[in-house]
Amino acid sequence: MDRSWETPGIPEDVQADGAIPTTPSAKIGLGFFLAVVTSMFSLFTVAYIMRMEYADWQSLPDPGLLWLNTIMLILSSVAMHRAKRAALRGEVRGVRTGLIISGVLSFAFLAGQLLAWRHLNAAGYFIANNPANAFFYVITGLHGLHLLGGLWVWGKTITKVGRGLEVRDLSLSVELCTTYWHYLLLVWLVLFGLLLST
Amino acid sequence: MAYVAIADQVQELHDPTTFIRKYIWSQDHKVIAIQYGITATAVGLLALVLSGLMRLQLGFPDTFSFIDPVNYYQFITMHGMIMVIYLLTALFLGGFGNYLIPLQLGARDMVFPYMNMLSYWIYLLAVLVLVASFFIPGGPTGAGWTLYPPQAILPGTPGADGGILLMLVSLIIFIVAFTMGGLNYVTTVLQARTRGMTLMRMPLTVWGIFTATDLGLLAFPALLVSGVMMTLDRVLGTSFFMPAVVSMGEQLDYAGGSPVLFQHLFWFFGHPEVYIVALPAFGIVSDLLSTHARKNIFGYRMMVWAIVAIGGLSFVVWAHHMYVSGMNPYFGFFFATTTLIIAIPTAIKVYNWTLTLWRGNIHLRVPMLFAIGFIFTFVHGGLTGLFLGNVIVDIPLSDTYFVVGHFHMVMGVAPLMVVFGAIYHWYPKMTGKMFNETLGKIHFWVTFLGTYFIYLPMHYLGFLGVPRRYFALGNTEFLPDSVQSLNASITVSALIVGSVQLIFLYNLISSLFKGKPAGPNPWGATTLEWQTPDTPPTHGNWGPALPGCYRWAYDYSVPGAEWDFLPQNFPPEGATIDSDGIVRSTDGTPA
Repeated sequence: MDRSWETPGIPEDVQADGAIPTTPSAKIGLGFFLAVVTSMFSLFTVAYIMRMEYADWQSLPDPGLLWLNTIMLILSSVAMHRAKRAALRGEVRGVRTGLIISGVLSFAFLAGQLLAWRHLNAAGYFIANNPANAFFYVITGLHGLHLLGGLWVWGKTITKVGRGLEVRDLSLSVELCTTYWHYLLLVWLVLFGLLLST
Repeated sequence: MAYVAIADQVQELHDPTTFIRKYIWSQDHKVIAIQYGITATAVGLLALVLSGLMRLQLGFPDTFSFIDPVNYYQFITMHGMIMVIYLLTALFLGGFGNYLIPLQLGARDMVFPYMNMLSYWIYLLAVLVLVASFFIPGGPTGAGWTLYPPQAILPGTPGADGGILLMLVSLIIFIVAFTMGGLNYVTTVLQARTRGMTLMRMPLTVWGIFTATDLGLLAFPALLVSGVMMTLDRVLGTSFFMPAVVSMGEQLDYAGGSPVLFQHLFWFFGHPEVYIVALPAFGIVSDLLSTHARKNIFGYRMMVWAIVAIGGLSFVVWAHHMYVSGMNPYFGFFFATTTLIIAIPTAIKVYNWTLTLWRGNIHLRVPMLFAIGFIFTFVHGGLTGLFLGNVIVDIPLSDTYFVVGHFHMVMGVAPLMVVFGAIYHWYPKMTGKMFNETLGKIHFWVTFLGTYFIYLPMHYLGFLGVPRRYFALGNTEFLPDSVQSLNASITVSALIVGSVQLIFLYNLISSLFKGKPAGPNPWGATTLEWQTPDTPPTHGNWGPALPGCYRWAYDYSVPGAEWDFLPQNFPPEGATIDSDGIVRSTDGTPA
C-alpha cells in the first residue's frame, strides 16, 4: 500500500522536474472534451427515446441521401487516419493529401446533410410539425456544428502544412484531428442507427 | 524573466508587458481568478439586493408600491439563478479553482492559458446577457429558477417575450465558458503537478475542485440540452416539452410534449450542481480547519474517497426533486434510497472535520470561525435534507418554506461560509495585506447568527404549511396571525445580514490600502501556495525553480519536529523554516 503521505520524499516513479509528461496535455484535454460531448449526445438520445413514447410521435422517412453522407463521413475518417499514419512515418506529402481529402469529404458530408434537410422540408417535414422531425433537425444540426468546429482546427492544421512546418511539429495536431474525426463518425453511426431504427 | 510554463509546452510563458496584457486581456491564472471573483461578487450583490426586495414584500405586504407580483417573480427567478450559477459556481471554480489549482500543485499556470482567458470573457458575456434582460421590455423572466415549462415560455409569465430567451441564451453561453475553464482545471490537475505531488498528496481543496469540475463537465450538458430544446419550443414552435395548451382562452399550436421530460433533464443537471457548489466547499473547509487547528486532517484518504463517492452518487439522485411531479412510485423508492445513501460519505466528512478539531490547537481567527460556522450550518441543512429525501415526508412539505429553509442552509449559507472563510484565508496571499480582524469578526457573528434568525423560522413556517413562491398569503385561514410577525422578523434579520456584507466589502477594499503587510505565510500553512518567492505571487509563480513536494499537505504538529508545521516542500533531509514561514535550505537559500 502506497502511503505517500507517511514517508516524506519524492516517490521514485514521479517524473523529474521539467520532464515531458508522457501524454501531451492537449490529448487529455480532448479526451475530457469528448466526455462532455458524449454526455450531451447521450442525453439527447435518452430524451429522444423518452419522447418517442408519447402518442403524437410520427417517425420520419429515412432519406436515402443519409446513406451517401454516411459513406462520405467514413471515407473522411479513413483519409484522416491515413494522414495520421503518414505523420507517424514522417511523410509530409501523405499528411497533406490525407488532410485535404478528409476535409473535402467532410464539407461534402455537411453539404449532403443540408441537402437532406432541404429535401425533408420540401416534402413538408417541418421542424415544428412533429417531435420526430424536431429531434432529427436538432441532432443532425448539433452533429454538423461539432464537425464544423473540427474543420476549424483542420483549417489551422492545413495552414501549418502550407507554411511548410516539419512533420514532427504537425503530428500532434493531426493526431488530435484523427481522434476527433473517428469520434464524430462513431457518434454519427449511433445517431444514424437511432434514426433508422425508429 | 521567462520560464517554461508547463512541462510539456515548448513555448516559454509569455511575459506580459503592457497594462492591458497584464491586468485585462491576461492569460495569468491569478488575474483570471480575480476577474472571475470580482464579476461573480458584483452579480451576487445584485442577487442579494433582489432577495432584500423579496423579503420587504413578504415581511411588510401592501407597503411597497413598487413591488408588484410581476416584479416579485422576476426577483425570485433572477435571485436563484444568479446565486446558484453565476455566483457560486463561477466563484468556486472560476475564482478559487483558477487561483489555487496551479499554486497548490506547484505549477506555473494552467495548461491552456489562452482558453482560460477566453473562459472568463465568455462568462462575462453570459453575465451581461443575463443582466441585459432587466432592460428589455417585459423585463427578465419570472418563471422561477427551475424554468419549468410550459409556464416558463407562455404569455402571462413575466418576461415571456424576451426575458426567458435571454436567460436561456445566457445559460448556454455560460456552459461554453464553464467547459473551457473546466477542461483546463482537470487537465492541469492531471498534467502539471510538480515533482513529488502525487494525487494522494494533493490538498483536499484541489480534490474538491477537481471532482466538482468533473461533475460540471458531465452535468452541464443536461442543462444545455434542455436549454436548446426549450429555446426551440419558444422560437420555432417545436413541442419537445410543450403539451397541448389553452392559454388565455386560445388553443396554442403546441401538442403532445412532456414537461416532465424537461424536469428530468433539468434535475439531472440540477442535483449534481448542488455538489458542484458543495464539493469545493468541502475541500476548502478541510484545509482551513486543519491549518487553523494546527492538526492534520483526520482520515485524509477517507476524505478523498468520500468526495469522489459523493460526486458519483450525485448523478443518481436527481428525481428526489420530482416526488410531486407525477412519477412511478417505484422511482420514488429508488431515488429516496440513493438519496439517503449519500448521507453516509457526507457524514464521514462531517465526523472527520469534527475529529480534526478534537484536541487541536484551535486558533479562532476569522477564517476558522467561518469554517466552524460551515460545519454548523451544513449539518443543519443536511439533516433537513434527510427529511425531504423521504417521499412520505417530502410530499406534505413540498413547495413550503421548509424547502426554502433547507436548501438555503445547505447550499446557500454553508457554501457562502466557506467562500468568506476562504477569502479571509487567502486574502493575505492574494494582496500581501492583512485584513481587519475586528471587522472580520463582526462580519462573521452577524452573518452566522443572522442566518439562523432567517432560516430556522422558515422550517417552522413550512410545517405550518406556508407555501413558497407566493407573492402574498391573502386570506389563508389555516395560518395563524403569528406567521406574519415571523415573516416580518425574518425580513428584518435578512436586511441586517445583507447590509453587514458591506462591512465585508469595505474590509476587503480598505485593507488593500491600510492593511498591515501580511508576509508570505501568515497562518503557518503547509501547502505550496504559501511558499511562493513573492507575495502576492508574480507571473510564473515560482521564480527560476519549481518547488518539490516531499510530503502530504497536513504535516501540522508532527511529533519531534522543531516547527508546528512542515510545508510540503520541506525536504526529508532537513531544512529550516524562517520567521516568515518559508522553507530554506540549511545554508539559507530558498529550498
